[in-house]
Order: sequence, then C-alpha cells, then structure tokens
Amino acid sequence: MARNPHTAALDDLEADNVADGPPVGTLKAGVNRMAGATRTLAALAEGKAATAWRWVLLALVFAAGAWAWASGLLPSMYDLREDIVYLLDQHVRLVLISGGLAILVGIPLGVWLSRPSMRRYAEYLIQVLNIGTTIPTLAILALSMSILGIGTLPAIFGLFVATLLPIVRNAYAGCQSVPPHLIESATGMGMTPMQILMRVEIPNALFVIFAGVRTALAINVGTVPLAFLIGGGGLGELIFQGIALNDFAMMLAGAIPTALLAILVDFLLAQSQFWLIPRGVNPLR
Amino acid sequence: MIRLDELTKIFDTPSGQVVASDRVDMEVPEGEICVLLGPSGCGKTTTMKMVNRLIEPTSGKIFIGDTDVTKQNPIELRRTIGYVIQQIGLFPNKTIEDNICAVPDLLGWDRKKSRARAAELLEMVALDPGTFLKRYPKELSGGQQQRVGVIRALAADPPVMLMDEPFGAIDPINREVIQDEFLRMQGDFKKTIMFVSHDIDEAVKMANRIAIFDAGKLIQYDAPDDLLAHPKNSFIADFVGGDRTLKRLRLITVGDAMMSDPPTVRAEDTLADAAAKMEEHGHISIVMVGPKGRARGIVYLSDARGAKGRVGENHKKLPASINAREDLRTAVSMMFTHDETSLAVVDDDGFYKGYVTQRGITHLLGATYRDA
Ligand SMILES: Nc1ncnc2c1ncn2[C@@H]1O[C@H](COP(=O)(O)OP(=O)(O)OP(=O)(O)O)[C@@H](O)[C@H]1O
Ligand SMILES: [Mg+2]
Repeated sequence: MARNPHTAALDDLEADNVADGPPVGTLKAGVNRMAGATRTLAALAEGKAATAWRWVLLALVFAAGAWAWASGLLPSMYDLREDIVYLLDQHVRLVLISGGLAILVGIPLGVWLSRPSMRRYAEYLIQVLNIGTTIPTLAILALSMSILGIGTLPAIFGLFVATLLPIVRNAYAGCQSVPPHLIESATGMGMTPMQILMRVEIPNALFVIFAGVRTALAINVGTVPLAFLIGGGGLGELIFQGIALNDFAMMLAGAIPTALLAILVDFLLAQSQFWLIPRGVNPLR
Repeated sequence: MIRLDELTKIFDTPSGQVVASDRVDMEVPEGEICVLLGPSGCGKTTTMKMVNRLIEPTSGKIFIGDTDVTKQNPIELRRTIGYVIQQIGLFPNKTIEDNICAVPDLLGWDRKKSRARAAELLEMVALDPGTFLKRYPKELSGGQQQRVGVIRALAADPPVMLMDEPFGAIDPINREVIQDEFLRMQGDFKKTIMFVSHDIDEAVKMANRIAIFDAGKLIQYDAPDDLLAHPKNSFIADFVGGDRTLKRLRLITVGDAMMSDPPTVRAEDTLADAAAKMEEHGHISIVMVGPKGRARGIVYLSDARGAKGRVGENHKKLPASINAREDLRTAVSMMFTHDETSLAVVDDDGFYKGYVTQRGITHLLGATYRDA
C-alpha cells in the first residue's frame, strides 16, 4: 500500500485511538488503572493528551483544506459530491453493520469465556485471539475474500472479524478483573449467578468493555477504506482510484471524509464512555 | 440459634487432603456473639462459610433454629443471613444507598421502605444520610466503608449474621470505635452472630462465647472469662497469652468488684468521729459526702487521728473516682496513675456507691483459681 500522507494520517489516527483504550498487551495496566486514584489522574492526563492530538489533527485538516481551496483542488472535489455522498453512505453502512455485529457477538462471547465453566478453555482461546490480533487487517480482508469471494459480504465479514477480537478480549478481561471478593459478597447475600453477572460483574467490567469497543471501532473505521480492495465499496474507492489515477482531488475527496468519520466516531464513543458508565466505576470522572 | 453437628470439611488438594474442619460440634445461642478464634489456617473461615453454604460440608449438619440448612435452597438461605467480609465487598458501581439496599432489593421490598431503612441505618453508625446515601464507595474512607459493609448486612434484618474478620483492615483506634458502635447496635438488635477474628483482645471484647480452633478441631468453647481463667490445655494458654489474667480485668465491671455500703463522713462531723469510723472498719481513709450523698472529699487516718476540728475544714480533694460501669482494667490503670490502693466508685450522677481496692481486685481474680 502506498504510504501517501493521507493514509499515513489515518494510520496515526488509528494508533492514537488504540492507545486511548486499554490496548492489547497492557490491558492489565488498564484494569489496574481503575483502582488507584493517582492512576485515575494519570488516565485523565492521558485523555487530555489525546484531546490535544485531536485538535492538532483538526488544525492540520483545516490547513490542508485551505491549501486545497487555494490550489483549486476543492472545486474539483466538489464536482465529485454525488460520488462522495453515495460512497460515504456505503462506507457508514459497512462500519455500522460490521461494528454492530462485532459488538453484539463480541461482548457476550467475552463474557461467556469468563464463566467459571469455561475457565479451562478460555485462556487458550484468548491466546488464539491474541495471535489473531497480530494479523494485519488487510490480511484478514484478503483471507476473507479467499473464502467468500468478492463483494460486500466478505468485506463485512473481514471487518467483523478484525473488530471482534479486541471486543472479546476486553469483555473477557473486564469480567476477569472483577475482584473475587465482590463476587463472594454478592453470592453471600443471596444473588443468583445471573444476578451476580448483571448487577455486579458486567457493571464493574463496563469500563474495560467499553474501552475494547472503542479500540475495536477505531480499527474498524481505519480498515473500512481497504474494503474497496475486495469489492466492498466505500470511500476507499475514491482514495485508491485517486492514487491510481494520480488524481489528487479524488484521493482527498475520499480521505478527508474518512478522517472526519474516524474523528467523529471516536468522539461519540468517548462521550458515551464518559456519560454512560456510572461514576462509581468510571475512572474518568 | 446456630448449631453445628459433627461438621467436617475435607479439601482435596494436589498435595493431599486438608481437613479444614474436623467434626466440629457447637451451638451459638439466640442473640449471642460467638467469636471463632485460632491461628491462621485453623479452619475458622471454612467453618463459618459452611453455615451459609459458600462451602459445602463433607459431612455433618448445620441447624439454624430448627431447620437443617444443608436441606435448604442456598440462595434463599443466604438472603436470611447477614454476611460481612474483611474486604468489605461494597459494589463500586452502586451508590451507598443501593449497596445497603442490596438484599432488601433481592427480597423485593418496597423501595420506599428499604430506602428509609438505609437512611436509618446510616444514622446508627453516625454517618449523615444526606451526605452519604448518594455517594459511591470509592468516595468513602476505609472506616466509613467498613461501617457501610456492616449495616448492609443488617439491612434486611436477618436473624443470623456471619462476620469474617469484619474489622481486620481498620487501624486499631478506629477499630475500637467501630467495635463499640457495633456492640451498641447488637444491644438493640440481638442477632445471633458468628464472628471470625484472630485478635484475642477483640474476641474478649465482642464475644459472649469464644471458640478456639486448632488444625480444624474445636479445642475450647467457653465464655471469655472462663476461657481466660481456665484454659483447657497449654495450646489455649499460649494462645490467649501470658497476660490472660490481666485480660480478664476487661470483663469485670467496677460495679461487680466494689464493696458497697461504704462508711462515710459529713462535713459537720468531727475528725475524732472520722478517725473512730476508720479504725472501726480498718480503713486508712474515708470519703466525705455531701448532703445528698455525692462524693466530695477524703480524710486520711494519719491526718485525723488525734486532731481537732471538723471534717468540713480538714478534708482533702478526692484524688480519683471511677464510674461503676467502667471495667477493672480502667480502675487498675487509674490506681497506678494516682498511686492509690483504693478508688471511690460513683454512679452517673456522682453519688458515692462504694470503693474498689487493689486487694479486692486481686482477691476476686484469684477466687476462680482457688475454687478450681
Ligand atoms: N478452597 C480450598 N481448597 C483447598 N484447601 C483449602 C481451601 N480453603 C481453605 N483451605 C485450607 O483449609 C485450611 C483452613 O482454611 P481457612 O481459610 O478456614 O483458615 P482460617 O482459619 O480462616 O485462616 P485465616 O486466619 O488465615 O483466615 C487451610 O489449611 C487452608 O489452606
Ligand atoms: Mg479466614
């Protein structure tokens, strides 16, 4: 893949997002972070840094836009507006369907793996998932295509798989991180296993679960442009064709909305993470 | 009432079998606190957790009242037993109010009723409901969390409570305060309580009866004073400590040890009368009381013998007096502080009720050994 400045910016964005949620290897750290107040402060500072980055990014996008206008790029991008709208619609659908499915499947799967009855297999499965996450998303798409052929379905499936892994892993780790004495005290007061799960384990794992969703959707949004390569459509079409035709305006017409979408998705998730998770288990507040 | 009948728990571990509870037979009478005591790993927690079936017994029976709990639905059983653990286990995702109401909510109590109860219980442990009900556990100090942990277990008014080192994680000063608070509540509630501790002083303070375990076996089960006075064997004697007789001082109130109907003098009496009274009783001092009987001063035999004048002009200030409700430990400490061999005992209103002497105290403590 050509490392032109715009996809590089996308990669940066992805990296930034991944660092934002408890990432792959340092999930334990993320969990520990929930415990101490000082660590909460550290997390807050980290959040601030992420916000700062976002502003820098936004400023860069703005500068690029101004430059584009001056050089006559913007008018030629404007001519592509119908394509942009159509492809953006397709793009957002890819995100929503694959991301939504991944959440719907990933969270229950992760929670199920954390059940005591699954203890014997869970660690192995999580190891497999960990290896899975080291596979580049482009390779996942390629594998998906080799099984399901070309089109929307393999694209959604590939995106789904790439998005699923962090969600499962975090849901599992989140439930594992609930201190045993909470479960003991819930059991001792006469909660049924289901009540313990719904009233104690999931609420206390929610922050970590949410962080997984955020990481996963950042990966998802960052990968969707590649869906074009296996016939999935989306804004990647403009980007890659722009590269192929050396048409700078077309490439930007794909890259800019892609970048904005990534920022928007992460912003929305960050806000809901802040407001939806109760204060008692939310280290951000 | 909690009754354990030949209760046994054997854990199968990779390194062989561990007998955590070995044919334990005991009964905790209604409304009493029984403290399970013993060295680490002796099976206190295991024995206690079998009562609410967090651990299933290998053999033996457990009765609460007349029901055999091993035949009861464990979920329903646990909702009728208050449970407090050392790590407290407040749910971080719930407010203090919702934490306290956890069991009432499980039992489907009316919300208004349970919330009112939460506020009432908070007040009992001196936490302002207005401030604390809507807080989250992380916004409380350790001692405050511990208090909430205890009242949460009391919320649904269970007849039986199990407490596993409930005050173990608190600093010594706060622990005393919480223990006192808890004893005051227990005075009202009269729960039947099994209480695990590894602290002999806590046990002596809290317990109606103490059960000492060693390697899964119940070695001695007695009232604190009997246990301290008559340890069954050298293991118990070592465990309760060489100062066990001093520990007994805590268990006896001044009121129980005092000599009542003491001789007194009044301000208008002559010193000669005072000296005569002291000699008659064989005392070296006598307390002067006011018109209604309040302790006002003291006259020493050495000052009164052969002297002229009235008690009113020649008495000395009372060096120390002690309330009849205090324990003997405080009394002895006060004697040492003031270099006195006897103390005037007064009631809450300051009326002179009697006196305690060092000889009297040693005699009382010694009595049980002479009888044995
Ligand atoms: N789940 C278990 N599996 C195997 N052995 C166990 C288990 N739980 C307890 N034991 C063993 O049973 C014995 C009694 O343990 P228990 O927890 O009842 O001790 P304790 O008296 O409460 O000690 P402490 O004062 O340290 O809390 C110990 O030797 C312990 O190692
Ligand atoms: Mg224990």
